[in-house]
Amino acid sequence: MKISFPYMGTSHIVVSYLFEKLGFEVIYPPTPSKRTLSLGVQYAPEFACLPFKIVLGTYLEVVEKGAEILITSGGCGPCRAGYYGELHKRILHDLGYPVEMIVIEPPLVEPLDFLRKLHKIVKPKGIFNLLHYGRIALEKLKALDVVESTLHELRPLALDKQQINQAYIEGLELIRQADSVKEVIEAKKAALEMLESVPADHTFKPLRIGLIGEIYVVLEPAANHDIERLLGERGAYVHRSIFLANWTRDNVLAHGEKDIRAMAIPYLNQMVGGHGQNSVGEVVRYAEEGFDGVIQLAPFTCIPEIVAKSIMPAVSRDKNIPVMTLFLDEQTGQAGIETRIEAFLDLLWQKRKKQEAS
Amino acid sequence: MRVGIPRTLSFFTLYPLLKPFFDGLGVEVVVSPASNKALLDEGVKDTVNDACVPIKLFHGHVVALKDKVDVLFMPRIISLDGKNTLCPKFLGLPDMVKYSVSNLPEIIETRLDMKKGKMEIYRFLYRVGKRFTDNKVKILRAIWHARYKFSRYRKLLLKGLTPEEAFTCLHTGQEPPHKEQSGQIKLAVLGYPYTIYDDYISVGLLDMLREQGVRVYTAEMVPEEAMKRMSKKLPKNLFWYYSNRVVWGSQYYINEQNIDGIIHVTAFSCGPDSMTNKLVELEAKQHQPKIPFLTITVDEHTGEAGVATRVEAFVDLIKRKKGII
Ligand code: SF4
Ligand code: SF4
Repeated sequence: MKISFPYMGTSHIVVSYLFEKLGFEVIYPPTPSKRTLSLGVQYAPEFACLPFKIVLGTYLEVVEKGAEILITSGGCGPCRAGYYGELHKRILHDLGYPVEMIVIEPPLVEPLDFLRKLHKIVKPKGIFNLLHYGRIALEKLKALDVVESTLHELRPLALDKQQINQAYIEGLELIRQADSVKEVIEAKKAALEMLESVPADHTFKPLRIGLIGEIYVVLEPAANHDIERLLGERGAYVHRSIFLANWTRDNVLAHGEKDIRAMAIPYLNQMVGGHGQNSVGEVVRYAEEGFDGVIQLAPFTCIPEIVAKSIMPAVSRDKNIPVMTLFLDEQTGQAGIETRIEAFLDLLWQKRKKQEAS
Repeated sequence: MRVGIPRTLSFFTLYPLLKPFFDGLGVEVVVSPASNKALLDEGVKDTVNDACVPIKLFHGHVVALKDKVDVLFMPRIISLDGKNTLCPKFLGLPDMVKYSVSNLPEIIETRLDMKKGKMEIYRFLYRVGKRFTDNKVKILRAIWHARYKFSRYRKLLLKGLTPEEAFTCLHTGQEPPHKEQSGQIKLAVLGYPYTIYDDYISVGLLDMLREQGVRVYTAEMVPEEAMKRMSKKLPKNLFWYYSNRVVWGSQYYINEQNIDGIIHVTAFSCGPDSMTNKLVELEAKQHQPKIPFLTITVDEHTGEAGVATRVEAFVDLIKRKKGII
C-alpha cells in the first residue's frame, strides 16, 4: 500500500523512515511550494487556517502521485487541528480521490482506537519491528533537534551564511541515511562538526529572539518564509519554543508542558487550544531568561493565537520585552516579512544599546 | 447595585436565566443597547484586528456598559452541554477584554463548565449570587425562579419565536402570539444565535426572508431529542457547542424536514465556521436530491443591499425549481 503524510519541518525524514521500515511504499510529500499552497487554497474553505490549506495541498500532490493511505494525527479540540483529518478526508472524497485516511487520536484519549489503528499500520511486519525502528526514529528526532538548535546558535556568528546553510543541509542528509542507533549518533556528531567548522566570529553577541506561536507555522519554513534563516542571516540567534522531539513527547504521548502553562496563568488562566496558552507563558519565560525580544507566528484566523495576541501587550509591558506578531496567510509576501523583521531588529538593537549605556 | 450584561454572544442563550436571577437578588440589570454602528466601531478600536466581528462587537458592548454599571457580567463559559466546549475565543474572553479595554469596573468572570455535571448551572448561579448577598435562601429562591423562566424561554424558541419576542412574552407574562409561518418555501437559516438574531450583524436577514415568502427555520427550533439523534450521525463531531448545533440542525432539516434550501450565516474570519461551513455544504451537496446551499458571510462592512441581492437570487432559484414562479 502506498502511504503518505503531511509535511512539517524536518519531520518527514523520520516519518518516511519509519513507514518504509514498517513495510509500506512511501510517497514522499514534496517540500511545500507555491503550487502546494495554491492547490490547498483552491479547495480549502476560505477561512481555514494556513496549515489546513498547505496540508490539503500536500495531500492533493501525493494522491496525484498515487498515495492510497494518508496518515495524520487527530485531536479532540478545542482547536481546529483535531478536525483537520476528518474534513480533509471529506474534501478529498468529494473531489473524487478515494483515499483512506488514518487519523491517529491521542492514545490517552482514545486508547482502543489508537491500538486498532496501530495494529493496522504495524501488522505487515510485527510489533518487534516497530519497537526496533521506533527507537531509531526517536533517536533521529532527537538528533535533528540538536543539529537544528546548533545551527540557530552558530548561524548569526558564521562569516559566510551560505556556507553554514549548506553544511546544515548536508548534515540532515547524513541523519536521513543513518540506519541504526549507532549510525544516527555518528551522523549527528558529523553534522555538528560540519556546522562548527564553518568560520565564525565568536566575539559577536547576537540579539536573542524567542520564536513562539502555532506549531505548523513555527516548524515549517514554507509557511513562515524561512524566518529562522532570515533572522539568523541578520545576526539574530533564534530560540524556537517548539522542537519535534519534545513536542512529540508532550503532545502525542500525553498532555504536557505544565511549567510553561503555569507561567501563563496570571494572564490567561485557561487552555484555549493549540499553543495559545503556551505562547503567553513562553513570553514570560523568554523575558525572565533575558531574551531581547519575541516573535509570535500565527496563521490568519488562528483562534488560540488571536486570544494570545490580545493579551500580549500586557505581558510585553509588564515584563519589558518587545513582542512582534506576524499573522501569515497565502497573501503574505516575503518582502513584507523582511521589512517587518528588519524594523523589529533595529528596535531591539536600540533597546540593547540604551541598556548597555545605562 | 447595577450589573451590566452585554447584548451579544451568550446573551441570546442565557439572558432569560440571568435576568430573573438578578431580579430575584434585587440587583438591577443593565443591558447594552442593540448592536449598532457606533458600538461596533468602538469595539474595532479595542480589539486585535484579526478577531472576528462578534468578538469585536462584544468589546463595543463592554465599552457601552462600563461606565454605567458597578459590575460587568462576563462569565468564562467553557461548556454548555457537558460535552463540547465553546469556541476558544469564549474560553479566553474575560482575559481578552481585560487586557484590551481600560477602566473597567469589577468583572464577574465565574466559570461555567457543564462538564462538571448537570447541577453545575445552579452551582454556577450560586457562586455568582454570593458576590451580591450572603443570604442563601434568597439566592436559592432566585435560582428557582430563574430556572422556571429559562425553561419557558426554550419552549418559546422551539415554537419559533425570536429571542426578542420571547423576552417580551416572559417579561409581560403574555401568551405568545400564535405564529403560523406562511410562505411557499421552507429554508433553514443556520448560524450562531449572536449572528442571526442580532439584526445589525445579520442585516435583518430573517425579516428579509419572511417578506419574500419564506418560512424560516433555525437551530433554536430543533427539539433537543432530535439534536441528540443527529449528533450520532456523523463519524466525528466538531468540538464547539454552537457549531455542532448548526451541523446537527442542518442534518435534521435535511434528513427529516424536507427543507428546500439552507442558508449558513457566518462571520468573516470565524475560525470554527471554516469547518462548520464546509461540513454543512458537503452534507447538503451529497444528499439525494441535492439541497441548495448559500453562505452569507457578514463582517463590519456588510451592507443590506448586497445581502438582499444574493438572498433574492437564491430564493428565486428555489421557487423556480419548485415551479412556483
Ligand atoms: S492552532 Fe490555529 S492554526 Fe492550528 S488548528 Fe487551531 S486555529 Fe488552526
Ligand atoms: S465561533 Fe466564530 S464568530 Fe463565534 S467567537 Fe468564535 S470565531 Fe468568533
